[in-house]
Amino acid sequence: MIRLQDVRRVFHQGRPDELVAVDDVTLDIADARITVLRGPSGSGKTSLLALVGCMARPTSGRIHVGDREVTSLPEHFLTEVRRLTFGFVFQQFHLVRGLTALENVMLPAYPLGGSRKALVARAQALLDRFGVGARAHARADWLSGGEAQRVAIARALVNDPRVVVADEPTAHLDSKLSAGFMDLVAALRDEGRTVVMASHDAIVYDSPLVDHVVSMRDGRIVRGEP
Amino acid sequence: MKRPRPPTWLERQRYLLDFTLSSLGRRKGKNLALAALYTLVVFALASVLLYTQALRSEAMRILEGAPDLVVQRVVAGRHDLIPGDRVERLSKIRGVQEARGRLWGYYYDASARANLTFLVPDRFWGKPGEVVIGEGVARTRLAVPGEPFPVLAADGEVVVLKVRETIPSFSELVSSDLVLLSEPDFRRLFGIPPGLFTDIALTVPNGKEVSTVAAKIRGQMPDTRPITRAEITRTYEAILDWRSGLVVLVLAAALLSFGIVAWDKASGLSADERREIGVLKAIGWDTSEVLAMKVWEGAVISLSAFLAGLLLAYFHVFVTPAPLLAPVLKGWSTIYPEFRLTPVLNPFIVSTLFLLTVVPYTVATVVPAWRAATTDPDEVMRS
Amino acid sequence: MRKSDRFLLFLALMLALLEVARLHALHRGRDRAEEVLAMTAMARRLGLTDLSLFTDARYARHPSQADRFAPFQDHPTSLEHFPSGSLVPPPAP
Repeated sequence: MIRLQDVRRVFHQGRPDELVAVDDVTLDIADARITVLRGPSGSGKTSLLALVGCMARPTSGRIHVGDREVTSLPEHFLTEVRRLTFGFVFQQFHLVRGLTALENVMLPAYPLGGSRKALVARAQALLDRFGVGARAHARADWLSGGEAQRVAIARALVNDPRVVVADEPTAHLDSKLSAGFMDLVAALRDEGRTVVMASHDAIVYDSPLVDHVVSMRDGRIVRGEP
Repeated sequence: MKRPRPPTWLERQRYLLDFTLSSLGRRKGKNLALAALYTLVVFALASVLLYTQALRSEAMRILEGAPDLVVQRVVAGRHDLIPGDRVERLSKIRGVQEARGRLWGYYYDASARANLTFLVPDRFWGKPGEVVIGEGVARTRLAVPGEPFPVLAADGEVVVLKVRETIPSFSELVSSDLVLLSEPDFRRLFGIPPGLFTDIALTVPNGKEVSTVAAKIRGQMPDTRPITRAEITRTYEAILDWRSGLVVLVLAAALLSFGIVAWDKASGLSADERREIGVLKAIGWDTSEVLAMKVWEGAVISLSAFLAGLLLAYFHVFVTPAPLLAPVLKGWSTIYPEFRLTPVLNPFIVSTLFLLTVVPYTVATVVPAWRAATTDPDEVMRS
Repeated sequence: MRKSDRFLLFLALMLALLEVARLHALHRGRDRAEEVLAMTAMARRLGLTDLSLFTDARYARHPSQADRFAPFQDHPTSLEHFPSGSLVPPPAP
C-alpha cells in the first residue's frame, strides 16, 4: 500500500511563475493492483507519479510506502527506497543511447554491486521474456519503438521491484502494441506487483484489466467521474 | 523491506567503470584522439622534467670534485692571466691547504669548426708532444691514438702533437671536448710566458672556511675574483632551471591550447549528457554514484595518458639518448657529448606530474556534472 | 572479459611497467654510480669546474667562470647571437 496524505507539490514557490502541480491529494494505492492516473496534459498526473515513485519530495503532506514514511528520509535513503521498491518506464523510454539493450537493462543494478554473471543472466531472461532477447546486443538507438519499450520495461524490472511506475507508456505505440502492453502489465500484476500509470490514452484507462482509475484535473483528484 | 548484502566498494566501482567505458566508447575516435594528444603533452612535460632533474643531480654529484675556490685575476673588468707569485701568497692564507696555478684555454679548430678546451692537468701523465683527447674531439677530428694532432700555435706555426690516448667515453659529460697536454706544450702553443697562469685553484679542506677565505682574498688582492664551488653549483642549477623553463615556456602554448580543448571537452556538459544523468538518477543511482562515475570518466582518459606519457618519457630520456631534447642543450655546438644520464624517477616527479595532469582534467570532468547530478530525478520526467 | 576488468588490467600493466622503469632506474643508478664517482674524481684531478655541455662558444663553455672573451660578461642580458648565450644567465654573485 502506498498512501498519500494531503500532498502538495509546488514549483518555483514564492516566485511570480509559481505553479501548483499537485494540490492536496490524498490517495491510497492498493498493492498488486493496476492504478491509472487519468487526465489531460498539465493535470499534474506526471508530478504525482514522480511523488509516488520517490523521485521528488512533496512540498507538504506525507507519503507512506508500505509502513515507511518516506517524505522525511534523507536523499541517500530515498534513493535506496526508489531503487529497491520502484521500477520506472518513462514516456520517452529514456534508454541510454550508445549502450546495448542488455547494458541498459542492467543499469539500475549497477549501484547495488553483486555478481555480474547473475545480473547478466537476469537481464537476458527479462529481455527473453519480453521477446527482445535477440536484440540484447543491439545499441539502444537502433531499437524500434516497440522494442525500446520492452527493453525499458525489462530495465524497470531488473531489481525485482514491488511497484512499477509508468508515465504515458503508450504514447509512442500504435493500438496493437498498446494492447500488447496492457497484457504485459496485467501479467506483472498477476505476479503480485503494483502498477501505477499516468495516461490519457483510452486504450489504457478503459481497459478491463485496470483495477482503479483516478481522474485528475488542475492538480486535484476529481471524484465521481467514470 | 529486505536489504541486500551491502555491495563492496570495489564491486560498485567496477560497475561504474563499466558504464563509463561504454559511455566513452560511443565517441571512440574522438576520445582516443584526445587521449593520444593528452599522452603527447604528458610525454613532453615529463621528458623535460626527467631530463633536467637527472642532469641536475648528475651535475651536482660531479661538481663535488670541482676546486673549492678558483681565483681569477680581473683587469679592467676582464679576466686576465694571473702571476705565479700569487700562488705562494694564496697558499699562505689560513685555511688554504694547497694552491696551484692552472693553465687552460680554448682553441678554435678551423678544420672541425669546433671549440676545444685545452687543459694542463696537475700531473700530466703523457710526455711532452703528446695529447690525451676527449671522445668528442676524437669523433670530430677522427683522431685515434698514435695519430698526429696538428695545432695552429699563437705565432702562426703548426705544431704537430701526437694523440696518446682518448679519455674513456663514459665521462663525456665532463671530458668530451678536452685536450690534455703538458705545460711546455701549452705555453708554446698559446705563447704564455712562464710564471703566468690562467687562474689559481685552492684547496680549502674545511667547507665552513671557504667564504672566510674568499673574503680575505678579496681584501688582500682587490684585483682578483674568487669563485667558490657553491657558486659553481648554483650556476648550474640556474642554467638547468633556465633551460627547462625555456622548454616549458615553448610548450606553454601547446599546453594552454590543450588545456582549452580538454576543458571544453570535459566541462561542456551537453544536453544529452545532462539528460543521461537525469535518467541514471531516475532509475535509482545516487548523486554520489553519478559523481563517482564522472570521476572515472575523467580518470580513464587522464590516468591512461599520464601513465603512458610518463613511461614514454622515461624511455625517451633514459633508454634512448633523448633525441628530442638534445638539440635544446646542443645549441650550435659542433662537439656534443654523448652521455647517458643516471635515471631519476622519484616520487616527487611522479606526483608533480600527476597533480599537473590527472587532477585538473578529472576535476574539469566532475565539476560541471555536479549540478546535473544534484537535481531532482523527476526533472527527467518533466522534460 | 568485462570492460572494467580490461581497463583495470591495462592500468595494472602500466603500473607494472612503471615499476619496471623504477627498477631499471635503480639498477642503472647502481651501475652508473661508479662512473659518476670516476667523473667526480676526474673533476678533482683535473680541476674541472664545468660540464662540457655547451661547446658552441668559448664563453659558454665554462658558464661558472667569468671569461675574458665574454661580451658584457657582468650584464644579465648579454647582446650576442649564440643560442646558449641567450640561455645562460650570468653567474650568481
